[in-house]
Amino acid sequence: MSLKAVSQKPTVAVHKFSSCDGCQLAFLNLGEHLIKLTELVDILHFVEAGPIDFDSPVEIAFVEGSISTEEEAERIQAVRKNSRFLITIGACATAGGIQALKNMNDEKAWTAAIYAQPQYISTLATATPIAQHVRVDLELHGCPINSHQILSTIRALLFGVTPVQDQDKLCSECKRLGKVCVMVTQQMPCMGPVTRTGCGVLCPRQNRDCYSCYGPAENVNTASLSQQLISLGLSKTDVARRFMLFNNQAPEYAAAVMHIREAK
Amino acid sequence: MSEQQRDLTIEVPVLARVEGEGGLSLEVKNGQITQLQLRIFEPPRFFEKFLEGRSYQEVPDIVARICGICPVAYQMSAVHALESIFGVKITPWIRAMRRLLYCGEWLESHNLHIHLLAAPDFLGYRSATEMAAQYGEEVKRGLALQHIGNDIIRMLGGRSVHPVGVKVGGFYKAPSLADVEALKQKIRAAIPQAEALVRWTASLGLPDDHQEFVCVSTHHAQEYPFNEGDLISSDGLNIPIAEYEQHFKEFHAAHSTALHSHLHDKPYLVGPLARVNLNYAQLPAPVRLNLERTNVQFPSNNMFHSLVARAVEVHFALLEALQILDNYHVPDSPYVPVTPRAGTGYGCTEAPRGMLWHTWTTNEQGEVVSTRIVPPTSQNQPRIEEDLKLSLEAMGLDHSDDILRLRAETVIRNYDPCISCATHFLKLNVNRA
Repeated sequence: MSLKAVSQKPTVAVHKFSSCDGCQLAFLNLGEHLIKLTELVDILHFVEAGPIDFDSPVEIAFVEGSISTEEEAERIQAVRKNSRFLITIGACATAGGIQALKNMNDEKAWTAAIYAQPQYISTLATATPIAQHVRVDLELHGCPINSHQILSTIRALLFGVTPVQDQDKLCSECKRLGKVCVMVTQQMPCMGPVTRTGCGVLCPRQNRDCYSCYGPAENVNTASLSQQLISLGLSKTDVARRFMLFNNQAPEYAAAVMHIREAK
Repeated sequence: MSEQQRDLTIEVPVLARVEGEGGLSLEVKNGQITQLQLRIFEPPRFFEKFLEGRSYQEVPDIVARICGICPVAYQMSAVHALESIFGVKITPWIRAMRRLLYCGEWLESHNLHIHLLAAPDFLGYRSATEMAAQYGEEVKRGLALQHIGNDIIRMLGGRSVHPVGVKVGGFYKAPSLADVEALKQKIRAAIPQAEALVRWTASLGLPDDHQEFVCVSTHHAQEYPFNEGDLISSDGLNIPIAEYEQHFKEFHAAHSTALHSHLHDKPYLVGPLARVNLNYAQLPAPVRLNLERTNVQFPSNNMFHSLVARAVEVHFALLEALQILDNYHVPDSPYVPVTPRAGTGYGCTEAPRGMLWHTWTTNEQGEVVSTRIVPPTSQNQPRIEEDLKLSLEAMGLDHSDDILRLRAETVIRNYDPCISCATHFLKLNVNRA
């Protein structure tokens, strides 16, 4: 993102599309820092927190959720027009979210299976990331993102510098923390080798395998990890499922699934 | 009155301070509400379908994503249902830690609702940050209590939103004694704050709006309900959770992407007020004694006492968490082994917003064949519509559109609806024909 400093007290909007609302909690769970944040920025639009002003232009817009209805597809265009920096927050906004699994299935049949009156349900056949609809200036990854990501991004913009993006693999951070590898020692199907860091190595620190809620890191070798998972005893279906979670529309993971399905 | 005869449309394009997207249509004819629909149009996300074929081991991580505010509830109802299929007997340690985790979620969710979503309605502000100028201490107190909830979940699950610690059979890891000790000190220091919170909510001059409604919650003879118990109602229902479908029916209305639910063909209430009304005797004595210093009594049929009930549960959750942590020991194993088998099981636990019922069917590998998930907000939706009608008629429909709209929003927010759960934006259309 090319950066010119935002004003001293920039205007901010938080928008929601198809999601679980969990990434907005990165704001609402700030505790007393939330009061401090409102001194640093002017939050004009944030429905869940109270302020509603959809139409005024803002300097920074945070967007949660993926696009899964006609209304959302139109609304995101309006958000883009009104926003100087558009920052997506979370796996839904950056990679479609878990609801994008419907893209590979017959959505009409699913609606009919769940809803007694499927004719009342109006949605698009796909749930898609924001960047497929409008230009995005910065993507914050995670399912969910955490408060640190929000605060460091806003702080960087206030200082007029480019926000730092974690792109390293979780695996590397895990080693640096001196954590014993759960894949090597316990044969767990850990996604750490292909996953973007930023969570604080949550899962290995809980003695479990990473399930890649932060999505792909840079330059990942998904084929090599897939092979490793198979050598640990996972079936091809199991391996594909590992990539088909909260970041299933990330190109690296979608390609990994195709690769597994085509392999003999 | 001629006022009531005017043709009028009120539009509230967005309902603030609720979780999710919804709308309201209101039709008034001759001073009577003839049609009232709380419309929920949060886009469906099809969880029931993409859970099919998934391994039981993936379920706790996937169901958490139904809701960012109450992921623990979804994890809890699911693991109990799956464990019942597999014949898993959990240890007392696991049971206690699940109650502790739930204490964390109630503290987080209830304080978020009381302070950031609901209280501005009763004090005349548009948001908590606006309210903080006058009520700085109260807002800070609430956010500090909310933070303790987050701390509890973080200790057991790494993070407070979509925590990663729960598995079928128990927990991935047991907290260390040092972490437990640090948390205990925070909780102990916060108990007077929770007592003050209960008295503050009771002193807010909440609207006096008494209505007849049926309360439903789980019930356990020895303890306030979280994870275990039978389903009871204020009009005599008392059934095991497996019989839920024989008494409760879901239906699909045109104005909503959330399924509605009825008990014996009638609306009913789930959530904090229903729980306190039905389980008052199970609350610890200090919670009851603190409450008795106020002029609010339970059981109550004033829906606005939901706010006080939520505060009461905050006080309870702190005491319960402290008691669990006082008895904490590091176990030999934080989980029990699980061997999957085919079958159907049920799970019903108390999410912050009310009873959350699940049924799951698995094959012999423990893969999900089918699931049905009934969130609290879709259960409350018919009750919210009924309440709106009664409240607005009781207040009088000759009030200005602004006053009617604010009251309607206040009534809806009082239920702490979680529309992402149920499947966000509220439009109020009033047609006065």
